[in-house]
Amino acid sequence: MKKNKGKLERNKYGYIFIAPFFLVYLLFQLYPLILTFYYSVNEYYFRNNKLKDGGYIGLQNFKKVLGIGSDGGILDSNFVLYLKNTGIIWLGNFIPQLIFSLLVAAWLTNNKAKLKAGGIYKILVYLPNIITAASIATLFRAMFSKLGPMTTLLRNMHIISEDFDFMSSAAGSRGLISFILFWMWYGNTSLLLISGMLGINESLYEAADIDGANGRQKFFRITLPLLRPILVYVLITSAIGGLQMYDIPALFNNTGNSYVGGPDDKTTTMTMYIMRLFSTSRDYGRAAAVSVLLFIITIIISIIFLFTVGNTGNADEVKKKKKGGAK
Amino acid sequence: MNEKEKNYFAAIRREKLFKNIVMVILCLMSLFPFMLLVINATRSSDQIKRGISLIPGSSLATNWKNLQDKSKALDITMLKSMVNSLIVTVPATLLCVYFSTLTAYGIHVYNFKLKRFAWAFIMAILMVPTQISAIGFYQYMFKLRLTDTYWPLIIPAIAAPNTVFFMKQYMESVLSLSLVEAARIDGASEFRTFNTIVLPLMKPAIATQAIFVFVANWNNLFMPTLILNLPKLKTLPMFVQTLGSDQFRTDYGIVYVGLAAAILPIFVAYFFLSKFIVSGVTLGGVKE
Repeated sequence: MKKNKGKLERNKYGYIFIAPFFLVYLLFQLYPLILTFYYSVNEYYFRNNKLKDGGYIGLQNFKKVLGIGSDGGILDSNFVLYLKNTGIIWLGNFIPQLIFSLLVAAWLTNNKAKLKAGGIYKILVYLPNIITAASIATLFRAMFSKLGPMTTLLRNMHIISEDFDFMSSAAGSRGLISFILFWMWYGNTSLLLISGMLGINESLYEAADIDGANGRQKFFRITLPLLRPILVYVLITSAIGGLQMYDIPALFNNTGNSYVGGPDDKTTTMTMYIMRLFSTSRDYGRAAAVSVLLFIITIIISIIFLFTVGNTGNADEVKKKKKGGAK
Repeated sequence: MNEKEKNYFAAIRREKLFKNIVMVILCLMSLFPFMLLVINATRSSDQIKRGISLIPGSSLATNWKNLQDKSKALDITMLKSMVNSLIVTVPATLLCVYFSTLTAYGIHVYNFKLKRFAWAFIMAILMVPTQISAIGFYQYMFKLRLTDTYWPLIIPAIAAPNTVFFMKQYMESVLSLSLVEAARIDGASEFRTFNTIVLPLMKPAIATQAIFVFVANWNNLFMPTLILNLPKLKTLPMFVQTLGSDQFRTDYGIVYVGLAAAILPIFVAYFFLSKFIVSGVTLGGVKE
């Protein structure tokens, strides 16, 4: 009886141990999130150094950032454009990223044609991921500016025309930002896929060999289906990360503190828009409205991916098969 | 060896050669921007504008001196911004790994009513990005008079769901409950058991996570930009932002030398820790 009581009290330590995490989370993340929702339906901005707190205004802020019945100011009605910018830049990075990481992972896990330098390759493809994104964006800007060394090199090699300027071309700027993101992240994805591929039971490939399957068949019939859970994970984290993309586009377009992604706003992302509303125009209500929209889009995208690509039931089946195969 | 076998091995050799060539190109692609960076840091602005060179120049000292001179007007220098970044990053990293391990331990070892709920909650918030609550966070910090201090960048590190997740995964594989039980029988208090028995056991996981948390905080630009307004408080990524702005862009030598100084410490540290890091990437995120 006494012993039982002691045990009960001991388990209360569980609450004590997890308390700091939950306290800090509630105070520093959940409460600010609720506050953001609150500000998004309030008129709340600074003008001429005076705070205007107009109280509850319904969905006015949302209407303004979405351009419904707006007054046509520079801050209005651009949400759709910034969503589009973000989407295009993300896709331009994700598609090549997926192709290259699948390739790298398949090559580095292939036992038949084992590459001796595999360890060094892994280290070097991952390298860009660890370097400060702000520094990388600034470096690429310096290299690819109008008179930058890479632009000059590409001109001399006649890959781009004499008067081409990455910074004044929408496709050029977006393409470069996508490239930087691709370059920084395909190593990370490769490592994730490598660990996934190493988890696939070798005997499945041996059985396929006996049945006379070739390399391509093995990749598409065994590797890809079994990688599905990891691919879904990569897709969701990349999409959510992509929606928040800030450092690289913001610093690639570093023109003072205006947060305008040149040329013509074509590389402004949604978090840059939040920053612009926040620090340039100091309209916290609208900045909060954009944040809320971003939150909703994040949730919708996660759900869509989970249900269409993820299909968790299927993933479980794959897992079971894997476990079955192991013995 | 018959003809067929010979052909087979020749095909494998060709396959390997092709793969090696592609991989070497990808590796060069990783290194090239940094090579260019280091070389250009040693060249004068005029030389840089003339194009790419693989031969270093002799303007390294001049560029560095110019950077210092120009920074004087800004109320912040490169080195000061690095110190600032350390002031934020070191405590944030320590708090993050300590409390994440503590949280994971609390859920792993004890049986309490809300245990399942607590774990489900942590899993649910795993992917909620912090940027989304930024506006509310700023307002809240402003009202607490904590803007232009480092506290808002340090304290939230205590609640890092992905680090907790990682720690719990690792704990499940290394920590046996009988060990905890043995410590208790020896009369150790719960906190003492955690600090003297569990923490040392978790060392490999803590080291790996510490590297990743450090890098994430060191590289962070969004939150410091939001919270810090005073120039003298700027962190390194914020200084880099100034470096790329119009006032510096007239002299490329300065931009490159500043970037080189910002990047090289991490670059060098990476090669010392690369084995750790490369194996750590895959341990952290994936859950099947």
